[in-house]
Amino acid sequence: MISFLIRRLLYSIPVALLVIIVCFLLVRLAPGSPFSSERALDPATQQMLESKYGLSGSLPQQCARYIGSVVRGDLGDSLKFRGRTVLEIISQSLPRSLLLGSIAFLIAIGLGVPLGSWAAARNGKTEDRWLNGFALLTLSIPTFVLAPVAVLSLSFAIPIFPPAGWGTPIQLVLPSICLALPFVGVCARLTRSGLLETIGADFIRTGRAKGVSEKTLILLHALRPAVLPLVAYAGPLAASILTGSLVIEEVFAIPGIGQFFVSGVMNRDVFLVSGVVLIYCILLLFFNLIADWLTAILDPRIRLQS
Amino acid sequence: MTICRGIPGLTGLLLATSLLTSCQPRPRADLVICNGAEPQTLDPALVSGQLEGRICSALYEGLTRRDSRGKSVPAAAEKWEISPDGKIYTFHLRPDLRWSNGEPVTSQDYRYSWLRALQPKTASPYAEILFGIHNAEAFHQGKQPADSVGLETPDNQTLRVRLNHPLPYFPSLTSFTTYLPVHQTTVERYGDRWTQPNSWVGNGPYRLLDWKINDRVSLEKNPRYHSPERAQLHRIDALAVTRASTAFNLYSTGQADLLLDKGLVPSLMLPQLRGRPDFHPGPLLATYFYRFNVTRPPFQDVRVRRAFALAIDKESIVDKITRGNEPIAQALTPRGIADYNPPEGLPSDPATAQGLLKLAGFPEGKGFPRISLLYNKSELNEQIAVEIQAQWKQVLGVEVELRNQEWATYLRSLDELDFDIARSSWVGDYDDPNTFLDCFVTGRGNNRTGWSDATYDSLLERALAEPNAARRLKLLAEAETILVTQAFPIIPLYHFVGCLMFDPKKWNGLYPNLLDEHPFSEIGRVKK
Repeated sequence: MISFLIRRLLYSIPVALLVIIVCFLLVRLAPGSPFSSERALDPATQQMLESKYGLSGSLPQQCARYIGSVVRGDLGDSLKFRGRTVLEIISQSLPRSLLLGSIAFLIAIGLGVPLGSWAAARNGKTEDRWLNGFALLTLSIPTFVLAPVAVLSLSFAIPIFPPAGWGTPIQLVLPSICLALPFVGVCARLTRSGLLETIGADFIRTGRAKGVSEKTLILLHALRPAVLPLVAYAGPLAASILTGSLVIEEVFAIPGIGQFFVSGVMNRDVFLVSGVVLIYCILLLFFNLIADWLTAILDPRIRLQS
Repeated sequence: MTICRGIPGLTGLLLATSLLTSCQPRPRADLVICNGAEPQTLDPALVSGQLEGRICSALYEGLTRRDSRGKSVPAAAEKWEISPDGKIYTFHLRPDLRWSNGEPVTSQDYRYSWLRALQPKTASPYAEILFGIHNAEAFHQGKQPADSVGLETPDNQTLRVRLNHPLPYFPSLTSFTTYLPVHQTTVERYGDRWTQPNSWVGNGPYRLLDWKINDRVSLEKNPRYHSPERAQLHRIDALAVTRASTAFNLYSTGQADLLLDKGLVPSLMLPQLRGRPDFHPGPLLATYFYRFNVTRPPFQDVRVRRAFALAIDKESIVDKITRGNEPIAQALTPRGIADYNPPEGLPSDPATAQGLLKLAGFPEGKGFPRISLLYNKSELNEQIAVEIQAQWKQVLGVEVELRNQEWATYLRSLDELDFDIARSSWVGDYDDPNTFLDCFVTGRGNNRTGWSDATYDSLLERALAEPNAARRLKLLAEAETILVTQAFPIIPLYHFVGCLMFDPKKWNGLYPNLLDEHPFSEIGRVKK
C-alpha cells in the first residue's frame, strides 16, 4: 500500500512538470504580449517589464528560469495584477472554489447515487423513464442557461436566495446547486447502469435464491461493485468541480479560482495560467489516486501492487 | 471499510470548518458599488484603467481633484501662480496635509512621486502624461538625470513646475491618477507589495481597509485627512463584478447601491431602463471609430478611404445596434469640451462615395482587392462590423471579410499594422482635444494607422507652443479638420454614452459627466 502510494507520487512529479512546461510554452507562443493594452506602451518600458519578470531571452531560457523557480516553490508574480504573487492569488481564491466545489460534489454524489439506485430498482417502469429524462435534461442544459434561469426563478420570481455575492452560507445555495446539477445526471446514470449490470450477475441471483430481501440485496451486495465506474469518474469530476467554473463564478460573482483559467490566458498572464494549471493538475492526480485506492477497497479482485 | 465509513464524517468536519472560516458574514458597507473588473493595481503610477483610477482618487489626493461634475478644483494645493509666459506653475500646498500614518505631506512627496512615475524602472504605462514637464521625457529615456527635470521644492509647502510649453490645462492634469502622490518610505520598504492593506499609506479622504482578490476593495474614512467632513460615509465597498447581468441583479436586489461602470448595465435592458428615475445616462469623452492601415493598398489612396467613410450610415448603427442614444461622431473629439468646437465632419453620402471609388479605379467595386475588417471579440463589435460590412457591400459593391481576434492578438495586429481596417476606441484622459488629436501625430505609439501628415504635426506642435487659449483651440480644430474631412486615416462612428444607476432619493453627489468622474468623496446619503 505505502509503496504503491510512493510510486504513484513519484510518477506524478514528471507529469506535473511536463504539464506546466507545455502550458508555459503555449501561452508564450500565443501572439500578443501580457503587457500590451489599448494604449500603446513604449518599447523601452516593454523591455523593462520583460526583464523584470524574467521573460527576456530565448524561450527555452525563460522556461528553464520558470521551472527553476517553481522547483524552489516560487510560482512567480502575476503580470496583470501588479504586486500580487501567483501563490497569493491561488491561496486567496482556491479555498473559496474548494468550499463551493465540495458542496457541489456532495450534492452530485448524494443525489445522483440514490436516484440512480432507485431507477435501477424500477428498471423499465415509468419512474425509471422519468428519471432518465431528468438525467438527460440536467446533462444537456449548459450552465450559462441554468444559472441565469435559477437566479430568475429563485431570486426574482420567488425571492428566496440572493442572486449573487459571497460571504454568507445562503449565498452558496444557488451556485452550488447549479454547479452540481449537470453531474447529478451523470452520477445517476452511471449508478443505474452499474447496478443493472450487477443485478444480473450470478452472485445476486444466488442471494435472491437464498431469500435475501431486495433492499438488502441492492444496498449491501449490489451497490458496492456497481459504483466502481462512478468511483473512476468521481476522481476527475472532483478535480474539475473543485477548481471552480468560469460561468458559475461570473454569474454569481464568486471570487474563486475558475476565472483565472480564462482571464489568465486572455491576458497572456503566463505565470498565473501555469500556476492554476499546476494546481488543477495536482488535484487531478490526487483524486485519481484516491479513486484508484477506493476501487481497490471496493473490489477485492484488484490489487494495488498490480 | 472503517476508513470508508470515516470519510463522510471527515468531509463533513472539513466542510463545516471551511464554511465557518470562508463565510464570515461582515456588516454591509454604507455604500456598495459595482466597480467593474478586479483592479490590476492601486499604485497610482502603474494605473492605466478607469476603475482603478476611481479607487485611487479616493485613496490619494493630487494637487487638484475632480469634483462630482468632472470639474477640476484645488485639493492639496490651495492656490497657484502662473508665470507670464505660462510655463512656470508655482503650487502652494495646504499646511495641514497628513499621510494616513500621521506624517506630514510635503512638496517633496509630490516631486518624488512624479519622478518615480517617470523613472524607466517603474515602467508606468502613463509616464507620457508627465512629458509636458521640462526634461521629463529625457529623464524617462535615461538621457538626463532626475535633477534636470523641471521640478523644484523651495520649501515643504511649495512645488515649482517648469513646463516645456504653456499648458493651460496643466492644473487639471495634476488630478490625473499618474500625478497622485505616494509615500516614499512605504514604497521603498515594501516594494511592489506596498499597496497591500497592511502596508498601504495614502493621503486621500478614504483609506484602504481591505482588498480581497476578485471580491472587493473596502475603503474607510481617513481620520487624518485634512477635511474629514468631505468623506461622508464610513465604509465603501467596491465590488469586482464583470458580468453586466450579475451587477444588475446585485443592484436590483439592493445588495449594491450603485452601478458605476458603463459596461455594467445590460445593453439589452437599456430601452426598458430609459425613463426610470434611477437611470442616469450622459455623454462621455470617448469615441468608437474605425482605423485604416494607410500603408497597404488600396487604402494608401485617400479617395478609397474617403469613399469608405462616406458610404457608412452612422445613424443606423446607433439606432439599431448600440441603442443607448449615442451621438453619432463626425469628428474624433466629442462635443462638450469647454470652448472647443470640433469640425462638422462629412455626412453620409453614398453617391459621392461611389464616384470616388470609380475615380480610384474600382467602378462599382469591380477589381477591388480582398480586404478584411479586424475587431476584438465582442458581441457589440461584431454586430457593428456586420452592419458596416453590409453597407459597404450595398453602397460600394465591395466584399469585406470579417476578422475576429481575441484581445491580446488583436492588440498585436494593431501594433504591427497587420490589418486593413480595424475597430478602435479612445477614451479621453483629460478634457482637452489634445488627448485625442495627439494620438495621430507621426510615429506616436497610438497612431496605429501608418498615417503621417506634416501639416497636421506642425499644427499640433504650434498649438502646444501657443499661449493664447482661443488661438490654441483654433489650431487644434484645424488639425482635426484635416483628420476627419481630408485625410481619413480614421472613420469616427459614434461617441459613447455612460450610464450610472443609483436611487436619487437615497444618494447625492453623483452626476453624469464627460470624463465619467464620480469621486467617492462626493457621494453622500440624502438627508431625510
